[in-house]
Amino acid sequence: MLETTNSKILRTCKSSSCRSDNTGRNDKRYMKKIKWRRADIILIAALLAVGGILAVVLLLTTSSGDKVNVRVAGTVTASYPLNQDASYWIDGVNGGRNLLVIEDGTARIEEASCPDGVCVHTGRVKRSGQSIVCLPNQVVVEILGENGNESDDIDITVR
Amino acid sequence: MKENRTKTVARYGLLVALAMIMSYLEAQLPVFFAIPGMKLGLTNVVVLVALYGMGYGSAAVINLVRIVLVSMLFGNGMSLAYSLAGGILSGAVMMLLKRTNAFSMVAVSIAGGIAHNIGQILVAMLVLQTAALGWYLLVLWVSGLVSGAIIGVIGGELCRRLQKILI
Repeated sequence: MLETTNSKILRTCKSSSCRSDNTGRNDKRYMKKIKWRRADIILIAALLAVGGILAVVLLLTTSSGDKVNVRVAGTVTASYPLNQDASYWIDGVNGGRNLLVIEDGTARIEEASCPDGVCVHTGRVKRSGQSIVCLPNQVVVEILGENGNESDDIDITVR
Repeated sequence: MKENRTKTVARYGLLVALAMIMSYLEAQLPVFFAIPGMKLGLTNVVVLVALYGMGYGSAAVINLVRIVLVSMLFGNGMSLAYSLAGGILSGAVMMLLKRTNAFSMVAVSIAGGIAHNIGQILVAMLVLQTAALGWYLLVLWVSGLVSGAIIGVIGGELCRRLQKILI
């Protein structure tokens, strides 16, 4: 048992300068032991790059929307213009409700019956393709662009 | 092998219990994460430790067991679907990456974090029947990266400090 432990420790600090490490007291040495390998850097850079590309694609393909669609359980139940300030109650599934407020060309959920309040915390959306999602009530508030189409670049990026 | 059976059972129990406590802790954190699915993923620490300390099979079993148990305790059918999609995808990605032996724990964890969030987005697209989740994908991609890195560092520390128990 002791031997296997020791050999494992030896393996983990093969290339670094640490000697014997049974006490585990020296925190600096612990910090040093995260060894970055080339593949790590490539992978993380690639993941960052994909995120960046995604951001650029989303920014380029979406503009400020002019219509708000409300979907409950997948079907569009209402549609409102984004340039008229107003507020509406949305009836979600299982008696859940969300208060949609449209103001200054942005849409937000002001109040909701769902326990987590994620939709309220999402804040304001205004770009076409952006959406506010309330999972408990199965409500999606989507912003649509000038042509009334959803931006469907997502079909390409999620794979 | 055989004399270690009890020990193995105990280790599984320990890690599953740890994962459940992590889930509970995370559920207690205030919702300052604005986006559904965006979270720290503390439970992933346990999966990571199992993956590195006990092997592929054990990690897969612990991953599945904790998802089902946590969903039964704190969630519902819907959250089970989300957790399963995220958990299985991230578990599979982490196993594959570890298998290549080319990546450190932090990188494996980052990829797992992103995979977890992608799994959840896929289920959300199915459930809500909308493809307009591009912005969520971006936010969850970045949050998966950040939380994956944090979890990877914690997992690495934990693995080192728990070596005597795990191996």
